[in-house]
Parts: sequence; structure tokens; C-alpha cells
Amino acid sequence: MAEWFLQVQMKFILRITEWFQKMQAEFTLNFIAKDRWRLLLTGLGNTLLISLFAVLIGILIAVVVALVRSSWDTTNERLRPGFGKSVFSFFDRLCRLYITVIRGTPTVIQLMIMYYVIMTSTKNGVLVAIISFGINSGAYVAEIIRGGIMSIEKGQMEAGRSLGLNYTKTMWYIIAPQVLKAILPALANEFIVLLKETSISGYVAVMDLTYAGNRIRGATYSAFMPLIAVAIIYLVVVVGLTKLVGILERRLRQSDGR
Amino acid sequence: MTEGKIDLQKRGAIGEELIRVEHLKKHFGDLEVLKDVSQVIRRGQKVVLLGPSGSGKTTFLRCLNLLEQPTGGKIWFEGKEITAPDCDINRIRARMCMVFQQFNLFPHLSIRKNITLAPVKLKLKTKEEADADAERLLARVGLREKIDAYPRQLSGGQQQRIAIVRALAMNPDVMLFDEPTSALDPEMVGEVLSVMVELAREGMTMVVVTHEIGFAREVADHVVFMDDGYIVEEGTPEEVLLDPKKARTQDFLRKVLK
Ligand SMILES: Nc1ncnc2c1ncn2[C@@H]1O[C@H](COP(=O)(O)OP(=O)(O)OP(=O)(O)O)[C@@H](O)[C@H]1O
Ligand SMILES: [Mg+2]
Repeated sequence: MAEWFLQVQMKFILRITEWFQKMQAEFTLNFIAKDRWRLLLTGLGNTLLISLFAVLIGILIAVVVALVRSSWDTTNERLRPGFGKSVFSFFDRLCRLYITVIRGTPTVIQLMIMYYVIMTSTKNGVLVAIISFGINSGAYVAEIIRGGIMSIEKGQMEAGRSLGLNYTKTMWYIIAPQVLKAILPALANEFIVLLKETSISGYVAVMDLTYAGNRIRGATYSAFMPLIAVAIIYLVVVVGLTKLVGILERRLRQSDGR
Repeated sequence: MTEGKIDLQKRGAIGEELIRVEHLKKHFGDLEVLKDVSQVIRRGQKVVLLGPSGSGKTTFLRCLNLLEQPTGGKIWFEGKEITAPDCDINRIRARMCMVFQQFNLFPHLSIRKNITLAPVKLKLKTKEEADADAERLLARVGLREKIDAYPRQLSGGQQQRIAIVRALAMNPDVMLFDEPTSALDPEMVGEVLSVMVELAREGMTMVVVTHEIGFAREVADHVVFMDDGYIVEEGTPEEVLLDPKKARTQDFLRKVLK
């Protein structure tokens, strides 16, 4: 009886050792051999680069679009008809069209159109990805900012204006800080979504994190190691960012005496 | 007491014409809110506007500083037509500050910043002057120790007193009050009214929309009763409040005093 038990135990230990050895070999093959980990590092670098600059471009576009959209929404009834109003109306429609098109088509198609149709002269995929994701993110961020502006009580703008501050100053000193505070969580969330969305950059031959994992998979014919590694790296970055946002939010809340 | 005195830098003689309104009209879409309102407000005068809900009192007040754009008629401030297209309304607004029913303090700014923002950004005062004025004016309304607090940490009555200080810090020629006590709990009405009474005693020009008949009787030197977009009756408090000639005024006073 005791002998049988020992045998089972031995077999079990053997199995585990075997598994570890296999994993070790896999690990070496996928990451150590031929310095393949460098691929992942380059990939992660590109992923972060694309996400960061895309979100910056996105915010730039979004601020303009959101200002046009929200100031049109709040003032169009009061404007006198004329050339100025027509121009304003035209820009508002343009912004709406932009948001509709971007939100109504798959990101990967936008990326491919940018690479194969619009920016055909450049083979710098990273640049194309930054611009394409920037334009894409702009549409979503614009709606976030517009929602933020609309969520600020009308009395705030009126209080600023009634003190003699002009529209720009009131926007800058009174509305914008409150909007920023209100939308920061949503903005950070948008960045996280964008970061994961850049995983389609491989479609235009950009060596992002996902593409790097795929390259390793293609070379070593093993799926588990490279794919799990890529997933873990994304996860760590996203969880880290989420933590940062949490800290930021708490700071902001404390800053107005809540 | 001179030290704590609210600084009424006089720009003109008591009794001179400050604001002139002629045949003011305002409609929102099909809704005619002001049908034909004319009024002259003199420096040092305290005008109280009374009238049932929806009679156009708020709209009239907001037209004075062009928070609402009149659809007809003209308004002059110190002899300058402010309804003219070339008028720099921001400069005028800095001199006729408004106190709102909902206070409209800036929630993201400390009390100090709430008070000093506009005078400093408009370069009416240096930062040091503005700070000193803020402290002096706050002490005046009994809120000196709240200077570094944030609006949401204060009661409604305290917030409204600070809103008054914020307007006063602009050193305005006239102050417009739109039902400054109607959003307050009853026990806080007194503290706000007493600040206003004191202001009135010091010679501030005031236009006040209120349902506080006691305040009107004590402070006003001109009472205007509005109904349905017209001025129905106006005169001294004795004439309008104690001996109204028009049936609509009598009706209204009977309801309010009950
Ligand atoms: N921005 C606006 N758009 C459309 N209608 C408006 C607007 N502002 C006011 N009104 C309408 O104009 C009318 C007069 O409003 P106003 O606020 O001037 O009255 P009021 O005398 O101040 O009343 P209350 O005592 O209730 O404050 C109301 O019927 C109101 O619904
Ligand atoms: Mg009103």
C-alpha cells in the first residue's frame, strides 16, 4: 500500500519536473534565443509611442471640435443670420460629419485607408499609425469633452461673463479646469482603450507589441509563450495606468475641499 | 469702522443718470417676455423689482448687462449705448456686477481666488491689492476666516455673502441682484439681507429683484411692479407697497404678504 503511494508520488514529481523543463526550454526558445525579447521590447516601445502621441493629437483635435460643437449648440439660436452664422454652421456640420464617420467605421479600416490610400508616399508605419489613431481618438475624446462642457452649470459661464471676463478668459479660467476635472477619468479610460486598440498596427506592418509576439510565434511555432507574454505585458501596463488614474482622481477630489 | 468700509469709489455724482432703458423688448422664440419696458436708474438709487413668477423680472435684469440680448429697444450706461453693436460689453459688465439666485461661485477655486480672479485677470488690481481687498471685504461680511475654504464647504448664506463680496471686489458702479435670498434656508435669509442693507446705506446703486417686501420697504427708494412683460406700476415704496393703485399690484401684494 505504502509502496503504491510512493510510486504515484514519484510519477507526479516526475511529471512536474518534466513540465518545468519543457517550459524552461520554451522560454529560452521564445525569448532568450536570438535575443527575441528585444522584439517584445521594441514592440512595447512602439505601442506606447503610438498611443501617447495619438492621444495627444486626439486631444488637440477634440478640443477644437468640442468647442465648435458646444458653442454652436449653446449660441446658434441667439446668433443673427448672416455670413458669420453660415460659416459657423458649416464648421459645426463638418465636426459632426467627422465624428459620425470615425465612429461609424472600424478603426482597422481607417488605419488601412490611411496607409494604403492617403499616406502612400511614406513607409513610416509608426507615423501613419500615430496620425490615424490620433484622428480616430479625436472623435471619441471630442464627445467626452463636449459632454464635460455641457455638464458644467450654465451659471458658471454667466458668473464669469457678468464679472467682465470675456468668453475666452471665462472658458480658460473657469470652465476648462472644471471640465478637465470632470472628464479626467474618461480621458484616462480612452487612453487605455486606445492602447489596446493599437494592437491592430500590424496591419500596416508596424512592429507593435502584438505584432512582435506574432513574429516570435511565426519563428518558433509555439503559441503559448509569446501570446501569454504579450497579454501579460498589456495587462501590467493597463493595471499600472489604472492605478495612476485612481491616485490622480483622489488628488483632484481633495483639491476642491471635498 | 472706516477701515472695514466698502470702498465706494465714486465715479460720478449721486443722482446723475446711470442706466437708461427705452422700450426694451425681449422674446424667446414666440414667447414675448418683455413687451415694452422703460426705466431710468440714477446713481445711488435702490430700485426693487417686484412681480409674479414669469413676469420678466429676471429677464429684465439680465438684459441690463446683456446676459440676454434684447430683441428691441435700447439701453445706455453712463450715456453710452450698450446695445450698439460696437460697444465693448465686457468693460461695462465689469462695472455692473450681478449676484445670482444660485450664487454661482466657482467650485474649483478657493474663496480668495473666487474674489480676486476677475479683478486680477482684468488688470484692475495687482494680486497684492486684490488679496488685501478680499480680506478686508470678507472681514466686513464676517467671513474673514473662510478665505482659504472652498465654496462647497460653506452654507448657502455664507456662499451668497461671498458672491456679494466677489461682485464688490470689482468696485462696481451698480449691483444687480436676482432674488439673492430665494435659494436660502429661512434662517440664512437675514444674514444676506443685512449685508445688502448695509451696502445700500453706504450709497451703492442697486437693482434688486426680490420677494422680500420688508427689504423693499426698508431700502428701496423706487419700487417697480412688473407683470406680463410690462411695468404696471412704479413709485416710492409708500406709493406702491402701501397704497397701490392698480388691481394687479393689489392682488400681488395681498398674496405675498399673506
Ligand atoms: N432662456 C429662455 N428661453 C426660453 N424662455 C425663457 C428663457 N428665460 C426665461 N424664459 C421665459 O420667460 C418668462 C419670464 O421669465 P423670467 O425668468 O424673466 O421671469 P421672472 O419674473 O424672473 O420669474 P420668477 O419670479 O419665477 O423668477 C418665463 O415664462 C420663462 O419661462
Ligand atoms: Mg426670476
